[in-house]
Amino acid sequence: MLQSKVATKLVVLASLLVAMVLRILPLPKEWFVYNPDWVLLFLIYWAIAIPERVGVGHAWCVGVSSDVLTGRMLGQHALAYSVVVFVCVKLHTRLRAYPLYQQVLPVFLLLLVNQLLIFWTQNIKGAHSTELIHWSPSLAGALVWPAIFTTLRRVRRYYNIA
Amino acid sequence: MKPLFTKRPSPNFGLSVCVFASLVLLACEQKALLTPFRELFASAIYPLQQLVNSPVQAARKFGEVFSSQARLLDENESLRREQMLLKVKLLKFSALEQENLRLRGLLDTSFKLGEQVMIAELLAVNLVPYEQVVVVNKGSRFGAYPGQPVMDANGVVGQVLRVTPYSAEVILITDPNHAIPVQVNRNGLRTIAQGTGQIDKLSLPYLSSNADIQAGDLLVTSGMGGVFPQGYPVATVVADTGQGKVFAKFGAAPLAKLDRNRELLLVWNKPDPIPRVPGQASTPKGSPADHAAK
Repeated sequence: MLQSKVATKLVVLASLLVAMVLRILPLPKEWFVYNPDWVLLFLIYWAIAIPERVGVGHAWCVGVSSDVLTGRMLGQHALAYSVVVFVCVKLHTRLRAYPLYQQVLPVFLLLLVNQLLIFWTQNIKGAHSTELIHWSPSLAGALVWPAIFTTLRRVRRYYNIA
Repeated sequence: MKPLFTKRPSPNFGLSVCVFASLVLLACEQKALLTPFRELFASAIYPLQQLVNSPVQAARKFGEVFSSQARLLDENESLRREQMLLKVKLLKFSALEQENLRLRGLLDTSFKLGEQVMIAELLAVNLVPYEQVVVVNKGSRFGAYPGQPVMDANGVVGQVLRVTPYSAEVILITDPNHAIPVQVNRNGLRTIAQGTGQIDKLSLPYLSSNADIQAGDLLVTSGMGGVFPQGYPVATVVADTGQGKVFAKFGAAPLAKLDRNRELLLVWNKPDPIPRVPGQASTPKGSPADHAAK
């Protein structure tokens, strides 16, 4: 029992580290504009799959590390991640019931909420770009969601996490 | 067996606590109270950045190992020639420096020539789109400090934004949140060059319409504001003549190769000498020649 709990923590943590690496990948500039928020996508998966283990508090901690990782003000990602993960935990039964292609839409909305919150908190500091392409990471994130879902589900089943 | 009645705080309660904590963090960040906390986190994140950087570095090393001898010889030859030219220029420079100091002494004005520099390597890491912030591999352990000017061989690159023990974030002069006080080298006209968000463009928003400025003018740092030392080249002026404009609008193109360089120079603008670098003797590739105190 204890061992499986530790294993769960390790697997989730490792997956989040992978997501952080993806987040700061040195892609060319034209592509980097579309780079989705991998960390949040992974968090959404774990929040839907094992909501009793991954909660708002964890999301907050991951958010703070994300802030440091991307050089934001501390608290920006923390705020956005905790709100998004809260919604996921609340609605996990419903989200799980949707077929995969229908999950894309709610995931897109959640990613937009995340970007919007970060955008607002960023505006404390100064004006920012409001072009339409600014929101493309959310779209890209929603489009890669099925791949993330199936991959992480395989990981979860392999390590027998429930 | 899973215990049936484990009591955990409800998500609602958790959310309110987290939102409150985030707002507190944001408020503290406004007052810049959290630097040590952030440093701690950043040190934890640093291995991750190294991990992302390492394949790029490995590829570079690989390319170096397998580059042909002929090319290396060529490069060596051209470097030697360049070094000779620079040396000749320097010969004259030291004489001029002495003369300048003497003249300044006559005028009773203080003027500081010469700064100390250290080479820092860029980490191949992207932080966020739309912001031009890069990460370098020298941090507070090496004496870097926030607000420190950063150059490359051609001109001013930017300034240090945040430091952690082993790395530093450098904001480029083309970042939309960055402005640098400059003056026209030809006539000493002072103005401010702001970043635009494009890597090859600066804007000059505070020029009067009859200012004496032309395309091709060299902009150098004016030393106002106290961050950048005086007299380093920043950009060349370019005219932006559009249809139906009576007066040409002027912008500037940065001289530093902002999107191509791999090595940057951190410059010490302080009178006291830079601190000893930890383990400098043991690291053969730490380029100890960086400490060329001038």
